[in-house]
Amino acid sequence: MSVKLLGERIKRKEDPRLIQGRGHYVDDLPLCNMLYLAFVRSPHAHAQIKSIQLEEARKMPGVGAIYTGKDLDGRLGLIPCAAGIEGLKIPDHPCLALGRVRYVGEPVAVVVANNRYQAADAAAKVEVDYNALPAVVDMDRAVAPSSPLVHESLGDNMAFVAKLEGGDWKAVEADASVKVLKQRLVNQRLAPLSMETRGVVASYSPGEDTLTVWSSTQIPHLLKTQLAVMTGTDEARVRVIAPEVGGAFGSKLNVYAEEGVACFVSRQFGQPVKWIESRRENLMATIHGRDQIDDLEIYYRPDGKVVGLKCRILADLGAYHQLLTPAIPTLTALMILGSYNIPAVFVETKGLFTNKMATDAYRGAGRPEATYIIERVMDLVALELKLDPVEIRLKNFPPPGKDIVLATGVSYDTDNYQKTLKKVLTLSSYKKLRREQARLRKKGKYLGIGLSTYVEICAMGPSSRMPAGGWESGTVRVEPTGKVTVLSGTSPHGQGEETSFAQIVAEELGVPYDDVTVYHGDTNQVPMGIGTFGSRTTAVGGTAIYLATQRIKRKMARLAAHKLGVKPGEMVFRDGKVEREDGSKSMKFAEVVGEAYFAKQLPSGVEPGLVENFVFEPPNYTYPFGAHVAVVEVDGETGEVSLRNYYAVDDCGRILNPMLVDGQIHGGLAQGIGQALWEEHVYDENGQLLTGTLMDCAVPKAHQLCWFETANTETRTPVNPLGVKGVGEAGTIGSTPAIVNAVIDALQPFGARHLDMPLKPEKVWRILKQGPAQAA
Amino acid sequence: MNIRVRINGAAREDEVEPRLLLVHYLRDVAGLTGTHIGCETSICGACTVLMNGEAVKSCTLLAVQADGAEITTIEGLTAEDGRLHPLQQGFWEEHGLQCGFCTPGMILAAHQLLSRNPRPSRSEIRRALEGNLCRCTGYQHIVKAIEWAAEKMGGSTS
Repeated sequence: MSVKLLGERIKRKEDPRLIQGRGHYVDDLPLCNMLYLAFVRSPHAHAQIKSIQLEEARKMPGVGAIYTGKDLDGRLGLIPCAAGIEGLKIPDHPCLALGRVRYVGEPVAVVVANNRYQAADAAAKVEVDYNALPAVVDMDRAVAPSSPLVHESLGDNMAFVAKLEGGDWKAVEADASVKVLKQRLVNQRLAPLSMETRGVVASYSPGEDTLTVWSSTQIPHLLKTQLAVMTGTDEARVRVIAPEVGGAFGSKLNVYAEEGVACFVSRQFGQPVKWIESRRENLMATIHGRDQIDDLEIYYRPDGKVVGLKCRILADLGAYHQLLTPAIPTLTALMILGSYNIPAVFVETKGLFTNKMATDAYRGAGRPEATYIIERVMDLVALELKLDPVEIRLKNFPPPGKDIVLATGVSYDTDNYQKTLKKVLTLSSYKKLRREQARLRKKGKYLGIGLSTYVEICAMGPSSRMPAGGWESGTVRVEPTGKVTVLSGTSPHGQGEETSFAQIVAEELGVPYDDVTVYHGDTNQVPMGIGTFGSRTTAVGGTAIYLATQRIKRKMARLAAHKLGVKPGEMVFRDGKVEREDGSKSMKFAEVVGEAYFAKQLPSGVEPGLVENFVFEPPNYTYPFGAHVAVVEVDGETGEVSLRNYYAVDDCGRILNPMLVDGQIHGGLAQGIGQALWEEHVYDENGQLLTGTLMDCAVPKAHQLCWFETANTETRTPVNPLGVKGVGEAGTIGSTPAIVNAVIDALQPFGARHLDMPLKPEKVWRILKQGPAQAA
Repeated sequence: MNIRVRINGAAREDEVEPRLLLVHYLRDVAGLTGTHIGCETSICGACTVLMNGEAVKSCTLLAVQADGAEITTIEGLTAEDGRLHPLQQGFWEEHGLQCGFCTPGMILAAHQLLSRNPRPSRSEIRRALEGNLCRCTGYQHIVKAIEWAAEKMGGSTS
C-alpha cells in the first residue's frame, strides 16, 4: 500500500460543510406544510392531574389539535426500557402523563399549530389543575419505609437490587493486619448538555403509507424499530434519518416521548411535524447523568496493598426508566476495581425511583463513577499510610501483560498500567512538581497534584452482554466509476468517522482518500445498525467496514487474477492498481471494477457487481487505560481552584488519526474536569429543578481550562483486527478523580481527607477557614 | 413591521411580526440555517452573527432591531469564488470542531476578536470566547484554529 493514511493526521471530511454553515441539523430541514409541536409540561415533581382545560388554548390562532395522555392511551405505545436486570421493576412510561406527573418537565399535553410561535402561545393557555403530592427527592429517604412512593403500584421505590461478590473474603477477615476505612462518596447529577438540543421531524405520507423520521439521535436503527412498535407502523415502512447531530454524549442514545408523539401527530394529520427542544426543556426533560451515593469500606494492609473493597451504591434512576436507565449503575459495579488487582469485592447496587428526570448514559455511563470510586480509594489509603499516590498505585497494579481475572469476574484485553503511569510521570515532571509544591507550601501557597490511573470498558460490545445486540454492520460498495461508497450502522455525531472510515477503506483498496464517501444514519440507506455509544464506533463499526473491505478485495483480486491469468493470492492493491507484488502483471482499479459490472467474463460462480457487507460481532469488550496528572492551585483566601496543568497519557489501542484522538481526549477532559470543579444539576427538596437555565449551569468555558498535554501508548487490542480500543469516553473517565485528588492534595496542610464534587470555592474555603491541621 | 437589512451583502426587505427573533428571521425567513440556536438566552453563543461588524447574539435580538443593519452570517464568510475565510480554514486545519453546532458562532466571535486584536495571545483568545460554549472540543483546538487564522491573516483582518 503506497498511500499511508492510517495513523496519519488527516483533515476531516465533515468539516467543509460545517465551517460554512451548510450542514443540516434537524431544525434546518425545509419541508412543506410543516406543523409545529409545543409540549405542556408539569411544573410539579409529583402531583395528581385533576383536570386539563383546553378550551382557551383551542381558540388560539393556528392551532390544529391538542392531545393529552388520555387521547394517546392505547393509541401510542409506551417508552421502552431495554435494560435486562433480574427482578427489575419497569413502571408504565406513557409519552404523555396519565393521571399523575412524576417529575418537573414531564409532558402532559401537546399542542399542534402552524408555527412555533403559535404552538408556544397556545401551550401557555392550556390549564392543568394539579393536586400536588409529596415528592421523593433524597435517596437515603427514598429507601425508608415511611417514604412517599413514586409508583404506588410497585410497593416501594426500589427498582432493583443487584449484588456482585467475588474473591476470598475469608482470607481478608483472617488477616489480622488488615485495617478498614469507611467513606461516603457522592457522584452528583449532571446534565449532558449537547450544544444542539434534541429535535425531531416526523413525516407520514398517507399515499405511500410511509413514516419518515429525522431525529437528533445516536441510534437511528434502534429508534426505527421502537417507533414502528410504538406507533403500530409496519417497520418496513418506517425510515429514520439522523441528520447532522450537534453533540449527544449519551443523551441521544434513547427513545423519547417527543419522538413518539411527533410520529403519532404526523400520522393523524398526514403532514410533517416538527419539534425542537428548547434549552429549558433540554435541562429538565433530556436524560441526566451520574447521580450515585457510594458507601465504601476499604480493606487494606499496612504496606498499602488493598485487599478488599465493599461498596453500597444508591443510584438515583429518576421517575421512569428511559432506554438504559437501570443498566448504567451496573457498569459501575463491573468496573469498580479499576486497574488494580484487589482480591475481594462486594458491591450492592440499589436502583431507586425518585421524582426527577431519568438518569441514563452520559459520557462514560457508570464507568466514571467506578473510576472515581477506585481512584479516590487509592488516595484515601495513601493518605492514611502517608504513601505517595504513585507508590500505592504501583503496589496494587497487576503485573503487566498477564491475563488475570479480577474478583469482579472481569478480564481485561491488554494491560500495562506501569507503562502509562511512568510516561505521565515523565511528561509532567512529577518529582519536580512535588518539590515545587513543598517550596510553595512554605510560602503559604497551595499547589495540588492529582493522579488517576484508569481502565475503562469500551467498544460495546459482545451481543451476549448487550441488551439489543452489540454487533455492527459495515458495507462497502465500489461504484461502476470506481468511486467508493461506505455505509456504517454506527451514527457518529462529531467524532469524525466519515474521515477515519474513509482512511481505512482508501488505504486498504489503494484508492485516493477523496474517492471514498462515508454515509451513516439513514436506515433506508444502511441495511442494519446499532449506533454510536460506548466508544464503539471505530472499534466495532470500523472493524465491520475493514472486514467488508477485505471481502471486496478478495472478489476484486479474483476478477483481476482471472483476467491476468495469475493467482488471486498474488494480487496487491496500491496506487489505483490491482497487481502482482513485483508489478509484472497489473490492472487499473477501474478496469477491475469494470469487469465486475460489465460482467462479460466473470469467473464461474462470481456474481456481478461490487458490494459487500460485514456484520462484526466483537468477541469481547476492549479495555483502554491511561494515567493522568492534574496540577491545580487553590487560592488560600477565596478557595477558588484553578487548573494549572493537565497531563494525559492514554492507551486507546492503535491510533488511526492522532488529531481525532486528541480531539476526543480534550473534549472528554473538559467534561470530566467540569464535573470535578463546577457542574451539578440540582433539585431542591420539593423536586424543583434549580439549574433550569443555561445561566445556572456551569458548562466549562475556554478560559477556565488549561493547555492539555497529551501523549499515548499504543497497545493494540487482540479483540479486533484493527487493534483499536475506543477513545470517546477516556478523557471524561480519567480526569474527574485526577482533579479531585489534586484539590485534596493541595489542601493537605489543612488536613482535608475528602470533599464531594463539585469543588466550588465555598466548599474549599470552609476547609481553609478551619486553619492548618495540627498533624499535617 | 417592515424591515430592510443587508445580509451577507444582499439587500432584503421583509414584513415581520414585531416579536420575531432575529435568529428566526435569519433561519426561517432568509433561509440561512448556518446560524444555530443553542439556548435562547444569549449564553451559549451558537447564534452569534455580525451586526454592523460587531458580534451579537441573534437569539435575543428582535428582527426589527436589525432594521437598516448589515448582517454577516457564517454563510457570508466564504468568498464568492468558494475560497474559505482564514478562520474557516483554520478550524478545518486544526480540528477546531467536532459536532459543528457551535462552530458558526465561534468563528464569528473569533472574527470580532481578530478585527480588534489581530495577534491575540492564547489567554486573550480564551477570554474572547467567554460568550461561546463548546461541549465537544475542550477549546484547545479552537484556540489553535484562531491562532492559525491570525497567522495567515498576517496580523490584519480582511
